[in-house]
Amino acid sequence: MPHTTDTEAGEDAGGTGGTGAAEATGATAVTERDAGPGGDPAPRGGFIELNGVEKVFEVRRKTGLFRRERRQVRAVDGLSFTVERGEMVGYIGPNGAGKSTTIKMLTGILTPSGGRLRVAGIDPSRERTRLAHRIGVVFGQRTTLWWDLPLIDSYRLAHRMYRIPDARYRENLDRCVELLQLGALLDVPVRQLSLGQRMRGDIAAALLHDPDVLYLDEPTIGLDVVSKARVREFLRELNAERGTTVLLTTHDLQDIEQVCSRVMVIDHGRLMYDGPLDGLHQAGESERTLVVDLERELPPIDVPPPARVVRVEGPRQWVAFPASESAAALVARVAAGHPLVDLSVREPDIESVIAKIYAERTSA
Amino acid sequence: MVEVGSWRLYTSVAAGGFRRYATYRAATAAGVFTNTVFGLVLVYAYLALWDEKPQLGGYDQAQAVTYVWLGQAMLATLAIGGGGIEDELMERIRTGDVAVDLYRPVDLQMWWLAADGGRAVFQLLGRGVVPFVFGSLVFPASLPGEASTWVAFLVAVVLAMLVSFAIRYLVALSAFWLLDGVGMTQMGWLLGFFCSGMTLPLNVFPGALGEVVRALPWASLLQAPADVLLGKADPLGTFAFQAGWAVALLALGRLVQSAATRRVVVQGG
Amino acid sequence: MTRGPVGQGRAADGTDGTGGAGGPGGVVTGIGEAARPGDTGWGRVVEGLRAYRLIAGMWLRSTMAYRASFALTAFGNFAMTALDFVAILLMFSRIDALGGYALPEIAFLYGLSGVSFGLADLAIGSMDRLGRRVRDGTLDTLLVRPAPVLAQVAADRFAPRRLGRVLQGALVLGWALTAVDVAWTPGKLVLMPLMLVSGAGIFCAVFVAAAAFQFVAQDASEVANAFTYGGTTLLQYPPTVFARELVRGVTFVVPLAFVNWLPASHVLGRPYPLDLPAWTAFTPPLVALACGAAAGLAWRAGLRSYRSTGS
Repeated sequence: MPHTTDTEAGEDAGGTGGTGAAEATGATAVTERDAGPGGDPAPRGGFIELNGVEKVFEVRRKTGLFRRERRQVRAVDGLSFTVERGEMVGYIGPNGAGKSTTIKMLTGILTPSGGRLRVAGIDPSRERTRLAHRIGVVFGQRTTLWWDLPLIDSYRLAHRMYRIPDARYRENLDRCVELLQLGALLDVPVRQLSLGQRMRGDIAAALLHDPDVLYLDEPTIGLDVVSKARVREFLRELNAERGTTVLLTTHDLQDIEQVCSRVMVIDHGRLMYDGPLDGLHQAGESERTLVVDLERELPPIDVPPPARVVRVEGPRQWVAFPASESAAALVARVAAGHPLVDLSVREPDIESVIAKIYAERTSA
Repeated sequence: MVEVGSWRLYTSVAAGGFRRYATYRAATAAGVFTNTVFGLVLVYAYLALWDEKPQLGGYDQAQAVTYVWLGQAMLATLAIGGGGIEDELMERIRTGDVAVDLYRPVDLQMWWLAADGGRAVFQLLGRGVVPFVFGSLVFPASLPGEASTWVAFLVAVVLAMLVSFAIRYLVALSAFWLLDGVGMTQMGWLLGFFCSGMTLPLNVFPGALGEVVRALPWASLLQAPADVLLGKADPLGTFAFQAGWAVALLALGRLVQSAATRRVVVQGG
Repeated sequence: MTRGPVGQGRAADGTDGTGGAGGPGGVVTGIGEAARPGDTGWGRVVEGLRAYRLIAGMWLRSTMAYRASFALTAFGNFAMTALDFVAILLMFSRIDALGGYALPEIAFLYGLSGVSFGLADLAIGSMDRLGRRVRDGTLDTLLVRPAPVLAQVAADRFAPRRLGRVLQGALVLGWALTAVDVAWTPGKLVLMPLMLVSGAGIFCAVFVAAAAFQFVAQDASEVANAFTYGGTTLLQYPPTVFARELVRGVTFVVPLAFVNWLPASHVLGRPYPLDLPAWTAFTPPLVALACGAAAGLAWRAGLRSYRSTGS
C-alpha cells in the first residue's frame, strides 16, 4: 500500500491538482489578492453569512481546593464571511483556532454569543431542526452509522427520519452507492467496515436528504491514499452535479488543493486569510523550490536574487524562489548557464505558509 | 516469590490504579451521595426488621445499622456491583490486546491484582469512608473501642479485596472462551450481591441456605469483615476462612490463566 | 420541525413537508406557536415520539443481532430484581410483619414500584449515558438531526433486556393481588392502571432531570441511581418504616410517594403517610405531569447551557 507522508504532499499535488499545475507553468502573479472566486461580496447576500460572529466561553479552572478562577476565552472573535451557493471552501487553521466552534455554530449545535449568522436564510441556533434538513454533516472521527447493523439500515433510518420522499431516496442512494462504490457493503454490519469504507458510508448518509450544504470535519483523516482520492473525487462530482456547497476542515492540505477553490484560514478566532489557494502562497510569501540536477558537482550556481541556492548535495542543487514568481524565467536562466540533466519544481508546504502568515500578523 | 524489582513495579501499577480512579472527582462525589442514600433506605428497613425481631442473626439494632453502612462502604471497594478492573481486562481479551500483555515480562494475574488493589484502596478511602462516618454519626452504631479490633478489621478487608479480585479475575478470564462476557459478568454481580450479604446479612439467612451461603467464598467479602468489626467472629478463624478462599481462587485463576495462555498462543501463532 | 413559517422557498426541493408527512401535527403546532418557531408544542411531542420510535427500533434490531446475549441479559435483569424480592421473603421467614405491613401488602408495594420503575427504566433508562456523550462529543451528532434531542437521547441504547425487571415486578404484583385482602371498589380498580402509568411517568421525569444534571456534571451519572434505583428500593418498603423527614422529602421534594405509597394506602385501606388527605391518592397523574414539566424545564436549561458552552 503506497503511503504519502506530509513532506511528500507538495510534490504529489503538483502532478494531480489543477492549481498546482497551473502555477508551475508560471502563471503571472495574481495581483488583486484576496479576490478569488468567492472574494467579491455578493450584494444579494451569500448562502452562508457570518457577520461579526462571536463565541465566548467561560472557562473555570481550579486554582485551589475550593477556589476557582474564571476566565473568558474568545473561541471565535468577530468572524465575518460569506459563502455563495455551490462554493467549495477549505477552512483551515491550527488546533484550537476556532474551526470546529465555527462549524458547530453553522450547524446549530452551538449558540453564538454575538453577531449574526445565517445559513440558507435560517438562524441555525434558533431553528436547529429546520436547518437540519438543509445541511449534511460528516464528523471525521465520529461515525453516525449504526455499529451492529448492516450499512443499509442506517440509510433506511435517514430515509424515515428526514422524511425523504421514496423516489428521491432511491435515486440519491443509487447515486451515492455508485459514486462511492458502496454496493458490496450495504449488507455488511458497520463494525466490519474499514475506516475508509465507513467514511464513504458516512458521507452517503449525510447526503441522502439532498442537503444544500455539506460540512465535513476532517473527512480524510486516517484514510489510506486510495480512499482519500475516492472521497475527494466524489466531493468534486457532487459539487459539479448538484451544486452542493461544501465546507471542509482539514489538516490534509491535499484535500484543499484538490477539492477547494477557496481557502479560509482562521486563528485565534479570526480570519487570517480568505481567497484562492495560490493567493495564500503569496500572502505567506512562500517559496517554491527548483531542484536542479547538474552533470557534475559544481559550486552554488549563479541565480538572480531574490532566488538563491539553499542546498547543495553532490550534483544536485536546490534553488528557492518566491512562489508568486514565474519559474520559467529562472529555469531559462539556469539552463542557459549550466549543464543540466534534470529539473523539477517543488510546491511550498502550505503548513509552513500558514505558519508564516501567523508570524507576520502577530508581529504586526 | 516476588523479587524486589517486580515488587516495585507492582507498587507503581497499584499507585496508577489508585490515581486513575482519583481523577474522577465528580464521579466519586456522586458515588458517595448514592451510597449514602441507599444506606438510608436500607437502615430504616433494617431498623424495622430488628424492631420486629431483636437479636436477629445475633445482631442488635446498632450492629445491624453498622452492618448496613459497612456494606455501603464495601460495595465499590470490592466492586460487588461491578466497576472493578475486570471490565477492562475483559475488553482486552475480547479485542485480543491481551496477547500483548501475555508476552510482557510481568505476571498477568499479579499485574491486574495490583491495579485492582490500587482501585480498591481509592474506593475505600474516597467512596467508603464518608457514608460510613455519616451513618455512624447519624444512627446508633456499634463501633469497637479497641485498636486491635480495627486492625483485625483492616486485615479482613484486605483479605476480602483478595477474594473479591480472585472471583472477578475468573469471571473476566471466561471471556477467553465465551464470545460475549456480559452473561458471566452479570452472573458475577448476581451472586456477589446476594451471597456476599449485600441485600441481607448472611447470618439472617435461614436453615440450610444460611449454612451454604456462609461457606461460599462471597461470605469473605462483607460478612467476614463485618463480623470481625462487630466482634461477632473470631478474627483468626475468619482470616483463615478468607485466606483459604483467596489462595484457592487465586490458584484456580492461575490455572485458568495458563490454559487461556496456551489458547492464545495456539490461536495467535 | 415540519412547520416552516411562511416560505423560505423550500417546497421546490421537496425535502420538507411534501405530502404533509407530519400533516396534522404540523398544523396544530402552526397554530400553537406562531411566535416561536421550532420550539415547544404538541407537534414537537409527536415529532419526538416518532423519532423515539425510529431510534429505539434501530436499537431493538441491534439487540436482536445478538439474540443469545439478549436472552442472557434479560434473564440476568429478571434474576437480579428477583433476588431483591427473595431478600424480602427471607426477612419474612423470620417475621410476620414489617412496619405493620404483612408480606402480601409489602409485595403489593414492591410490585407497583417494580413495574412503574421497570417501565420507566425500559423506556428511557439509558439516559444516564448522556454525560458520556457530552464528554466524547457524540452528542453533537444528535444535534444535527431533524429531531428533538431529548427524544434521541431517551431512545439511545434502548435495551429490551429491561423487560426482565418489568416482568419480575408484574409477577410479584400479580401474586400480591391474589393474596391481599382488598374490598375492591370502582375507584380502586381505576386507580390500579393509573398508578402504574403515573408511577412510570414520575420515574421518567426523574431520569430526565438526572440526565439534565449531567449537562452540568458529566461524571456524576451515578447521582441518578440514588433517585431511580434508590427510589424504587425505598418504595418497596412501607412508609411506616421511614423517618418522617425522609417521607416528607419523597412526598414534597422528589414526589416518589405518589408512585405507590399514597395510592396504595387507599387501595389497602391503610393510614396515609403524613396524614395527607384521602383525595391525594388520586393525584398521581397530576403529580406525574408536574414532574414531567419540571424535568422538561431542567432539560431545556441543561441543553441550552450545553449549546452555549459546548461542554
